Amino acid sequence: MKKLAIAAAAFAAAALVAGPALAGKDLDNIRKRGSLVCGVNTGLAGFSIADTQGRWTGIDVDVCRAIAAAIFGDANKVQFKPTSAQQRFQALQSGEVDVLSRNTTWTLTRDASLGMIFTGVTFYDGQGFMVAKKLGVKSARELDGAEICVQSGTTTELNLTDFLKANNMGKAKAIVFEKIEEATAAFFSGRCQAYTTDASGLASTRSKDAKNPDDFVILPELISKEPLGPAVRRGDEEFFAIVKWVLYAMVEAEEYGVDRANVDQMKGSPNPAVKRLLGVDAKNDMGKLLGLKADWAYQVIKQVGNYGDIYDRNVGPKTPLKLERGLNALWSKGGLQYAPPIR
Amino acid sequence: MAVSESATETVAAGPPPATTGFIGWMRRNLFSGIWNTLLTLVAAYLLFVIIPPVASWLFIDAVWSEAPPETCKAAHGACWAFIREKHRVIFFGRYPFFEHWRPLLGMGLLITMVMASCFRRFWRPWIALVWAGGLGAFFLVMWGGAIPISYRTAAIAAAAVALVIGLRQSNGGMRSLMLWLALLFAALILAGGAVIRVLDAVVKELFGVDDALAPLAGVWFEIPTGLSFVPTSLWGGLPLTLLLSILGIMVAFPLAILLALGRRSKLPLIRMFCVGYIELIRGVPLISLLFVGSFLLPLFLPRGVEIADLARAQVAIIGFSAAYLAEVIRGGLQAIPRGQYEAADALGLSYWQKMAKIVLPQAIVLVIPPIVNTFIGLFKDTSLVSIVSLTDLLLSTKDMAIGDVNWRAFYAEGYTFIALIYFVFCFFMSKYSQYLERQFETGRRKRR
Repeated sequence: MKKLAIAAAAFAAAALVAGPALAGKDLDNIRKRGSLVCGVNTGLAGFSIADTQGRWTGIDVDVCRAIAAAIFGDANKVQFKPTSAQQRFQALQSGEVDVLSRNTTWTLTRDASLGMIFTGVTFYDGQGFMVAKKLGVKSARELDGAEICVQSGTTTELNLTDFLKANNMGKAKAIVFEKIEEATAAFFSGRCQAYTTDASGLASTRSKDAKNPDDFVILPELISKEPLGPAVRRGDEEFFAIVKWVLYAMVEAEEYGVDRANVDQMKGSPNPAVKRLLGVDAKNDMGKLLGLKADWAYQVIKQVGNYGDIYDRNVGPKTPLKLERGLNALWSKGGLQYAPPIR
Repeated sequence: MAVSESATETVAAGPPPATTGFIGWMRRNLFSGIWNTLLTLVAAYLLFVIIPPVASWLFIDAVWSEAPPETCKAAHGACWAFIREKHRVIFFGRYPFFEHWRPLLGMGLLITMVMASCFRRFWRPWIALVWAGGLGAFFLVMWGGAIPISYRTAAIAAAAVALVIGLRQSNGGMRSLMLWLALLFAALILAGGAVIRVLDAVVKELFGVDDALAPLAGVWFEIPTGLSFVPTSLWGGLPLTLLLSILGIMVAFPLAILLALGRRSKLPLIRMFCVGYIELIRGVPLISLLFVGSFLLPLFLPRGVEIADLARAQVAIIGFSAAYLAEVIRGGLQAIPRGQYEAADALGLSYWQKMAKIVLPQAIVLVIPPIVNTFIGLFKDTSLVSIVSLTDLLLSTKDMAIGDVNWRAFYAEGYTFIALIYFVFCFFMSKYSQYLERQFETGRRKRR
């Protein structure tokens, strides 16, 4: 009888042990695992896509590599986990990924109610319109009565409805398509007079899918704000700070002209700001404050690059996407990319 | 257009019109009446309108050779150069590029086993062993890395051995003992960790030794394979689609038989459970099951415990198909005349003997067409796993091949190509089911 009681107690104890483990610090988990698990898009050119040989490229992917470079000193210590649009937040909540870097728009709802917190903006996007040049339309407000091709089920469709309502454009009609390729194909075949999606998408569609890109114009209005950036789970401020400051370090590096090519020479720069950034000065060890090595930012820039490097490599004018810097230029050059000082 | 009633038309007196040869065939089948003639003409016109542009897009104007996307854009036809460029990611998804021979081998293994299993002469008990070995080899070559030997592996092996010995025993007592043992080992596969913890606590209480059995819970030792380790999250393309559907069919089928028998059971608890399960699963779409597996499950699991996405999706597919198949098989069971059951009872056969030897063999043959229907549906439904980001054939085409900016204008070619792949497999299944029906029909006729 006693043995039975012991066994029962033991069973209960075992059941307790098997229950949910105490939430550990995300950063500890990452260090213990030896790699960062990064939730990315299953395939979006310029942001995160695996090429023919399975190598990941894109802004979102490079952000993950930069975080790994800061934590481990090795940009390759990342596991990419492709997530669908429906799955992404759950993947972050359940701890399947450490950071969600997946062209996700920063909104209040997402920041405040999904157990996640955005760390910064890696790409400022906004929804725009594209029309055929021969229509002679100069502004999106002139589109009343037009048929507008749009992909269904996205914020894009909602933004369009809002815009039409706000501007009393009751005669304009949204033609909805399930897939983005269908929407673009319909637009280029003349099914709609206008096509709307994020400005980055418009630019790439014009340069890649149009028979003659010069026949089409992108209208100046942006009808929505779409700041895209990485998010982490709530509850680990250290990790949150690291991700945030990795983004800032990349912007700050561009500001001071430190890039992937010249980072080794810049180590000898007399500029104190550059010295602080690259951790040259032992007295000014910024990494220590974040719980990282002194050369954390150096590793980020050396192995991945500054913000401009990443932008140009993945979506810039020399890539197939041909996106100008626009809003994503540094603040000192008329854009929005701004970093608090690293000091 | 072919209307067989035309054969009953009376032929007017006079010189008989041509009834043989090509003209005769046309007359009988295509122009046998005013409606038939009209339909033939309309159909011919439609074909005339549709076929030339489709053929010129597919074949004549198409770019077949290796070419950059610019060449394709200039051409008017399909861009098969796109498939040439991207066929490896379409077929193998995210699997590491330089290891593609492994999924190729695995896929070949799966297809060979399916083909071999199609021949009736191989329908022997040992084919189960062939499948076990083949699937083992498949996972071995796909996973690579070192094979960890732990209580799980041991329990799997023990369960398999007990099952095989049990099934070969003619002695009833030994047989059920072995089968119960197999069940016990199977339970250990799932609950072994908890059992070890409990035993550990008991040992501690009795002998005061801490964690005496804890090492048993971990990996005992590892057998290196010499291949690099590739986690299931990187598996993709056609091998993944095949694995999901083949394992889906193989596991769902016996489950479905049990569910169908359970639904007709005289024991209320079993009957209620089976009815409840079948109705619950049939009441929800497969997508929602995949979502439950993919979204809800991880929230309940303790952090650190991870079940691969692939396993979750596989379980959802199995559970879903089992419910549908169960209803199909129940249809077959109901079609067997009462006399068969009663005759078996009169012979003194046990319940399982009656089902295994008398009822099921007849019932299943009756419902081959709807079973294959379910299999085909299952095969195509596996493409739904793309919404939980498993890179199956559809997602690897959509995101990895068409997702490339340089080639994205050629999505029609990509979808056409995988449509062809799906068609080949589904067509094979439907043809095979017809073959099976013929086989069993003749078999029955001979016996009569």
